[in-house]
Amino acid sequence: MHASTTAHPAEHDTSTGLDNRKLLMWAFLGSDCLFFGSLISTYMIYRGRSLTPPFPGEVFDIPYTSVSAFVLLMSSLTMVLALAALQRDDQRGAKTWIMATALLGSVFVGGQVYEFTTFVHEGLTLSVNLFGTSFFVLTGFHGTHVTIGVIILLSLFIMAWRGKLTSHNSLNLEIAGLYWHFVDIVWIVIFTLVYLLPYPEHIAG
Amino acid sequence: MATVTGTMGGVLPRPSIHTTGFWSWVTTVDHKRIGVLYGVTAFTFFLIGGIEALAVRAQLARPEQGMLQPALYNQLFTMHALTMIFLSVMPLGVAFFNIVVPLQIGARDVAFPRLNALSYWLFLFGGILLNAGWLFGGSPDVGWFAYSNLTGTDYSMGAGMNYYVTGLQVLGVASVAGALNFIVTIVNMRAPGMSMMRLPVFTWMTLIVSILLVTAMPVISIALIELTFDRLFGTNFFNPALGGDPILWQHLFWVFGHPEVYILILPAMGIVSEVLPTFARKPLFGYAFVIYSGIVIGFMGWGVWAHHMFITGLGPVANAVFALSTMLIAIPTAVKIFNWIGTLWGGQIEMKTPVYFSIGFVAVFIVGGLSGVSHAATPSDFQQSDTYYIVAHLHYVLFGGAIFGLFSGIYYWFPKVTGRMMGETLGKWHFWLMFIGMNLTFGPMHWLGLNGMPRRIYTYPSGMGWDFWNLVATISSYLIAISMLIFLHNVFRSLRKGPRAGNDPWNARTLEWSIPSPPPVYNFAEIPVVLARDAYWEQKYGSGHENGQAHAATSEHVSEGQYGAAADERHDIHMPWPSYWPLITAFGLFVVFAGLLVNVVFAALGVLILFYGVYGWALEPVAE
Repeated sequence: MHASTTAHPAEHDTSTGLDNRKLLMWAFLGSDCLFFGSLISTYMIYRGRSLTPPFPGEVFDIPYTSVSAFVLLMSSLTMVLALAALQRDDQRGAKTWIMATALLGSVFVGGQVYEFTTFVHEGLTLSVNLFGTSFFVLTGFHGTHVTIGVIILLSLFIMAWRGKLTSHNSLNLEIAGLYWHFVDIVWIVIFTLVYLLPYPEHIAG
Repeated sequence: MATVTGTMGGVLPRPSIHTTGFWSWVTTVDHKRIGVLYGVTAFTFFLIGGIEALAVRAQLARPEQGMLQPALYNQLFTMHALTMIFLSVMPLGVAFFNIVVPLQIGARDVAFPRLNALSYWLFLFGGILLNAGWLFGGSPDVGWFAYSNLTGTDYSMGAGMNYYVTGLQVLGVASVAGALNFIVTIVNMRAPGMSMMRLPVFTWMTLIVSILLVTAMPVISIALIELTFDRLFGTNFFNPALGGDPILWQHLFWVFGHPEVYILILPAMGIVSEVLPTFARKPLFGYAFVIYSGIVIGFMGWGVWAHHMFITGLGPVANAVFALSTMLIAIPTAVKIFNWIGTLWGGQIEMKTPVYFSIGFVAVFIVGGLSGVSHAATPSDFQQSDTYYIVAHLHYVLFGGAIFGLFSGIYYWFPKVTGRMMGETLGKWHFWLMFIGMNLTFGPMHWLGLNGMPRRIYTYPSGMGWDFWNLVATISSYLIAISMLIFLHNVFRSLRKGPRAGNDPWNARTLEWSIPSPPPVYNFAEIPVVLARDAYWEQKYGSGHENGQAHAATSEHVSEGQYGAAADERHDIHMPWPSYWPLITAFGLFVVFAGLLVNVVFAALGVLILFYGVYGWALEPVAE
């Protein structure tokens, strides 16, 4: 995020009244929709068309992934609490909730690393079959998005720690929040389509 | 301007403000300079792509020639297409976005000046990466749409496709970053009173193209990521042995590829919509129709991609649907054609060089549009696919369309950028040679294609009835080359000896002509207040003369310099400072992708440079 904006808060009048950086983030998220849209489409086209084992039913641990999905969704809640705290100038609350959001995000990414490792031990690799290929690339790119979000949150935490994130420039956190909630929503779609939706009988495992 | 030392703080001090010299260009964040960088770089690539085309034409001049080896020939036609599309026509459009859009909306710069510089550097690095194969291990050689599974490691063993996947990826990031910037700029940075329906048409087309870029580029990014993983990390996206489907590549490519066609042509349409009203001394006929048909094209461009895939066997239902949607998209395009004709109709047309190129655009684009409709019909497309008929069509819309429009823009805005007029006589020589050369090069390809000559063959046997027209096409392509030499001569001559342009040499209608040529760094000394469409015309003549031509024809210019020139050295206007970070960040991303091709360690190093760039960027002090 732009630390430099502390020097001049949103003072420029824009034609729409919407801050430039906020509009930029919304437009970027529109672009990212197409990014994930194409990835998810690839997965859905290939869903159930993998020819060789391991098949999804043999490796998926739905309860485990449900827990990590819950963790990620809770991070959206803490993100909202962080912004609310910052906007009423509750510095302590803001720092706490920003760090909580970053931690929940890290737990999710850590859970994904553990899940990937387990899958590889069970024989599902990037190149072993079509399922491994489409699964790892889709969820991997989502995990990368979460990781970038965590880095942004940690940067904002350092800003807050040094007293440079206040209610005057809470827009920094708000914009990071837009990104964070978007990445969460994408996970809801991925989790539903990849994990929850039943696979055809012959490959259920 | 005096040299001002950067304020300390952040990772590096901000570079000092120099108005001249090498570093002033490297660190610039001024939209006009970035536009010039885009234009010069893109035109250099245009010349390279042109030389590639001339080599291809030379090989095809006579039957059974062995001038070029087949392997080199394949690289040349592939790189010709990639260079012309991604490194010439797209960035030439972006050059105009940069130079013209902030001036037309009455802004001092784009919304994110440093992001704008980043776009340029990424474009330059992406172009270098895409061309790296000429020196290191061979260039892409499977055609610009690179159908799977020719592109897998089984069939493309060399490095060529690696440069394709990484080079285009970097160019995609550059396009999206630039387009995001222009969306925010146009939506948010308009001068007071500049409502959306008062925006100049070129700015409107920029907005539509930017939205298309932001939405279409991620699709090709995913396709490229999948192919990159297949080639470098052994995945199976396009591996039929494990259930992968090569047709998926075609879908992803053309879902991007068809909006891309409109990304290429809409900027030219915007330019023509500026040039014709200026020289016909009439407001654009049916402004709202031009805008809305542009929007409709933008939407419908997403629903026609499979007409590139009729012969892959999608089935009669899909073929019928896409044939119909393709025929429908001809309607908003034709609406624009009629609007341009309506603009010229009854106007007092001043036949300057920009008008020649604009009228040339309209004429040639009609031919290209009609041949396009002819392969919207599936059965006739079955006959035409992969023949020279397609080559003829695409050059009529991209060369006869986009390039003519872009040249019209160069002749039109050259005085604004440089402060000097271009030579009219040389300009007309350029036009006529290019117009005749273009029609004699690509016109014969229609019947060569209908006579069965396949595209992308490196030679052909004698006695097929193709010999004569191939020779004509080759000779004419060199006519185009001569016209380019005349153009270059005109540019260099005009830069030194061209008559001074003044603020408003064409008696034009939009705000960029209200300020000096070349514009001062801050563009507008006072931000203009916009009272009507064609804002500057309104300032000059008032709305009473909006529809009449009599008054305008006397070309009584408002006293030049009324807007801006009086305050040539304004120190109270704070402009964004130059910055090193866009270059460093772009270099980091370049090392990530170039490094992938050498060793993962290099890619990791690139990530570090990227992080250094992003953090330095974010922490850069505001120097005021």
